[in-house]
Order: sequence, then structure tokens, then C-alpha cells
Amino acid sequence: MARYAGFHRPNRPLAVYAAVFSIILYLPILFIPIFSFNSGVYVKFPLEGFTFNWYWDLFQREPLLQALWNSVRVACFVSVLSTLIAIPAALAIARYRMPGKTPAVSFIMLPLVLPGLIMGVALLTLLNRMGVTLSLVTVTIGHMVICLPYAISVLLPRFIGFNRSLEEASADLGEPPLRTFWRVTLPCNMPGILACLLMTFTISFDEFFMAFFLSGAQSTLPMYIWGQLRFPQDFPSLLALSTLIILFSFVLIFASLRLAKIGQPAQQETGR
Amino acid sequence: MISIRNVSKTFGRVQAVRDVSLDIRAGEFFSLLGASGSGKTTLLRMLAGFEGVTSGTILIDGQEMQDSPPHLRPVNMVFQNYAIFPHLNVRDNIAYGLRRLSVPSAKQAEMVDEMLEMIALPGYGDRRATQLSGGQMQRVALARALILKPKVLLLDEPLGALDKQLREQMQLELRALQKKLGITFVLVTHDQEEALTLSDRIAVMSQGAVLQVDTPAGLYERPRNKAIASFIGNMNFFDATVSRMGPPAVDIPGFGRMMLNGHDNGRPDGSAALVAIRPEKLTLHAAPPAMAALKGVLQTRQYLGGREMLHVGIAGRAAPIAVALQGDQDEATASLSQGHPVWLTWKDDALLVLDAE
Repeated sequence: MARYAGFHRPNRPLAVYAAVFSIILYLPILFIPIFSFNSGVYVKFPLEGFTFNWYWDLFQREPLLQALWNSVRVACFVSVLSTLIAIPAALAIARYRMPGKTPAVSFIMLPLVLPGLIMGVALLTLLNRMGVTLSLVTVTIGHMVICLPYAISVLLPRFIGFNRSLEEASADLGEPPLRTFWRVTLPCNMPGILACLLMTFTISFDEFFMAFFLSGAQSTLPMYIWGQLRFPQDFPSLLALSTLIILFSFVLIFASLRLAKIGQPAQQETGR
Repeated sequence: MISIRNVSKTFGRVQAVRDVSLDIRAGEFFSLLGASGSGKTTLLRMLAGFEGVTSGTILIDGQEMQDSPPHLRPVNMVFQNYAIFPHLNVRDNIAYGLRRLSVPSAKQAEMVDEMLEMIALPGYGDRRATQLSGGQMQRVALARALILKPKVLLLDEPLGALDKQLREQMQLELRALQKKLGITFVLVTHDQEEALTLSDRIAVMSQGAVLQVDTPAGLYERPRNKAIASFIGNMNFFDATVSRMGPPAVDIPGFGRMMLNGHDNGRPDGSAALVAIRPEKLTLHAAPPAMAALKGVLQTRQYLGGREMLHVGIAGRAAPIAVALQGDQDEATASLSQGHPVWLTWKDDALLVLDAE
């Protein structure tokens, strides 16, 4: 007779469901790396031969490297600026009681659910009216609008969970408020801040809509990919490029999620 | 050393501290004792500067301090949850407050080593703070505060999270340390035993107010009212009427007249009073004694290790009387079981007379 495995026994149907879910989610993405190593130009089975040529080809393209450099620059600015803005905002939300806080926080989080298309058009209209020339700067501004809510949502749980008696201890040991922030608050929350930097970097790096509407003569990497889709002979190279981007984004997001967990109160383990 | 004058604190509509005035002497081990919500922690946090006062003044070493931020006060605190900096090792935790004083680094290292020696953790300097046990963190928190040579050390339930054995050991060490350093310690605790063991004087707090300030023995032997008498140790209470016809005495309905040897506080004849007696001041007899005694029936026996608590039911009285027996018992007492008749006697000076409620 089967023994009762306990209330927290492994749930097999749920595990199967999770597996099926993941496969359906990631199967389409799996085709991208597969065909990026295929020597044929057209995306169709059967596969023809194994090649790295599409990857080598990427490094020959001057415009691509320029777009990559643009994307990296924009992403660096966006991640640093939005994290710097998000730190005091998240601290204030976590600490202070103020009238109208809940609606204010919802308002900050709104860009998370607004379609990128609408945000892009809205910003384009606004910047046009103000007579601003489109450039990488305007792309950066657009990306910051998108990244700020993400940045705050990464930092907020850290700051809420932060043990404030550490700051009290620092003050008690003679450090004035700013020095306390520098010596205790900042270093103790560094994992969360790094997670925030990585997250916003990735979002900016992969973003399309804002770049589409707000970039001038210089394009970002997603813009470059969009532009090259017209040329069938370039498609395998784009697959190779996409494979690299997917890999890069995965690494950054995983790193960010792991960092966000460091130093957080350990979650209760029910598995034992 | 510390003078708290008419200090009150309100959080919204809640009055956490009500018009407290206290003087804490230099070199004294002073405890704020009370249940949770009694305002003791709020009062301590006002001394440290984490809470402002709503009204009143706080003088530390003769200086008005109620409006100074924590980093400018000559006091240091040991926190309930230790508040050890997790990103620093033990050495940097202890040296944290020295940085601002621009102590040369060689001198810093020397002072930290001295502190590690004092808290019996030599060689632990390079350990990560997160690798320490609760008791070790407690010691590091102490060292971190004491290295600054504060005039007053504030301790917020510092031993609450430790298990019983470690707590008792740390109590002894705290007391010894305080005597050695001669620094004023102000301890917040809800543990009456801890307060009684450690303190030179104790302020008992309830609902934001200080009920009584006294030495441990004073609180135990001469509690000012029923709340304190029942909070510190066990106590039996009797409603009584003061009699001043002849020598001072009280009349307890159903028990008759009891003599008071002098300590009736001059209450007027016929006024209501509360008479209290400690369980260990009662003597239990298995057979009727020669002197006048109160007869009852044994209800329960509670074995407590070194001593035993017996509850004796008295006719005409709802609450049983608690009697504590210590040390060896004679055979007759040891064999008593539930339902046996017993007799209680006491010395007149064991009775306490308190205000009726």
C-alpha cells in the first residue's frame, strides 16, 4: 500500500503542466538558434549544413556595429539614470506616509501596462511640439519613461524589507544622515541596485517602439534588425544576431534576478 | 546623569508615554520594566534620539538633549535585533563609530582588539558578521557601542532573543561589565527576573506612566500598588478594612483581625484597603498548629523544581491562596494530597497594606 507522502508531497500533474507550459513558451524561440547555424539561406526543413558563417558575417557589417554601439550607449545612460532617479523615489515610497501615495505609486507604474506604441506616439508628438530634434537623446528619454517603473518595482521590495535599525545603529554610532546613507543604506542594498541596473539595461537594449518613433539618423540594434528584415539574404545573419541578443538578455536577467534575492530574508522552505 | 522631566509622547491619538519624570544616576544600572505597550521602549528611543518628545525635557549629563539628533548624543545603544551591519566583518562593525572620530588606524586596530578581548571573542575580527551566532552578535553589538566610551549605554531587550541558558550567562556578564566600566546602563526589559537580577534600580512602567521607581528589593518588599505587587513575583490579595481602634490592624471579612506592625501608612479608621502577602511568607501546617491559623483545603500542588507551589482553598473566598514551599518538607507535608485540610500561619510583618482599588 502506498504510503502517505505528506502534505507537501511533490505535485506531479502540476510539474507536467509547468513543463508543457515552458515548452510552448520557448519552442518558437528555439528555432532562432537552430536556423542561425543552418548553411541554407531559407528558413525551412530539412536543415542543410552546419555553419558559423552567419556569425562571422555579423562582424563585417559596419552599420550593425554602429547600431550595437548606439544601443549600448543608450542602455548605459538609461540604466544609470533611471536607477539614480528610482533610488530616492523607491526610498520615499517605502518609508514615508504621504497623502495620495497609493494613486501616485499607481501613476508611476502606469507605463508598465500602457502599449509601447501609444507611449511612443505620445512622446513623439510632445517632442515635436517642443521642437526637439530626434536623436539618441530622445530615445534615451523614451527608454527612461519605460524603465523607471521597472526600476522602482525592483528596488521597492528591497527598501521595504530593509532593516531600518541598521540606519538607527549608524546614527547612534555618530554618523549623520548622509554618511549613514553612504556607509549603510547604499552598500546593504547594493545587490538590489545592481539588479536594477541590469534589468533596466536589458529593457533599454531590447526596446523597439520608443526607438522606432524617437530615433533620428542613428538607429539602435532592434531598429537595425527591423530595417534588415526586407532583405531575405540577410535573414540568417539576423537569426545569428538574435541568438546572441537572446543569450545576452537571458544572462543579464538571470543575474539580475539572482542579485535581487541576495540578502533578502530567506524564503521559507517547504520542500524538506 | 540622565534627567527626564515631564516627558510625554503621542503617536497620533495614542499616548505612548505620559508625563514621565525620572532621574538616573551616574554609574547606575537602571531598568525600565513593563509589559509590551507600556511605553518603556518609546522612552528609551527618546533617550537615544530616534523619537522626539511631544513635551518635556531630557537632560543628559546636564545638557538639554530632547531636540538633538541621535548622532549628536553622548549615548550608544544595543538593539533588540542586534542591528549588526551585514556587509561588514566583525572588526569593521566594532570600529564603525571610530571613523568619524578620526582615530589613527593603528590605534583603531588596537582598540578593536581590546574590545574583542573584552567580549571574549579574540581572533573573530575577520569573521563575516553573518557567520555569528545570536550570542556572538550580541557581544559584537555591545563592543561596537562601548568602544566609543559613551556616558550612557542604552539596551533595548538585548537578551530577549537568546535561549534561557545563554541569557542567564549574558546577564552575569552584563552586570560584571557594567560594574567594571562604571558606565550608566539603561536597560529595557519585560522580564521581571532579568530586571531584578541586573538592576540597581528599576522603574516599573504601565500604560505610558512610571508606577514606581525603587531598588529590586524595594519593589519586591514594598510594592506601591496592586499592579506592581502582582507584576513582580506572586502575591495573594485580600480586601480589608483598616482599624485604628487600639494598635493598627486590618479586618479581613471571614478571616478576622490581623495586626499590622507599624506599616499601615496612617490610613484612616474604617477605610478600605488591600492586604497582600507573598506565597513564600506563608507557613503551611498539615495539623492544627498551636497558634491562631487559617484553615483551608489543599486544591493543587505544582512542582517547580527547587520549590513547590500549593493552592489552598478557603471557605468564603473565590480565589485560592498560593503557598510556596522551599527546600525539604517534613513527611506530613510531603504526603499531603488534594482535598486534605491544611492550616496557614504567617508573621504579622509579612502583611502588606496597599490602597484599595
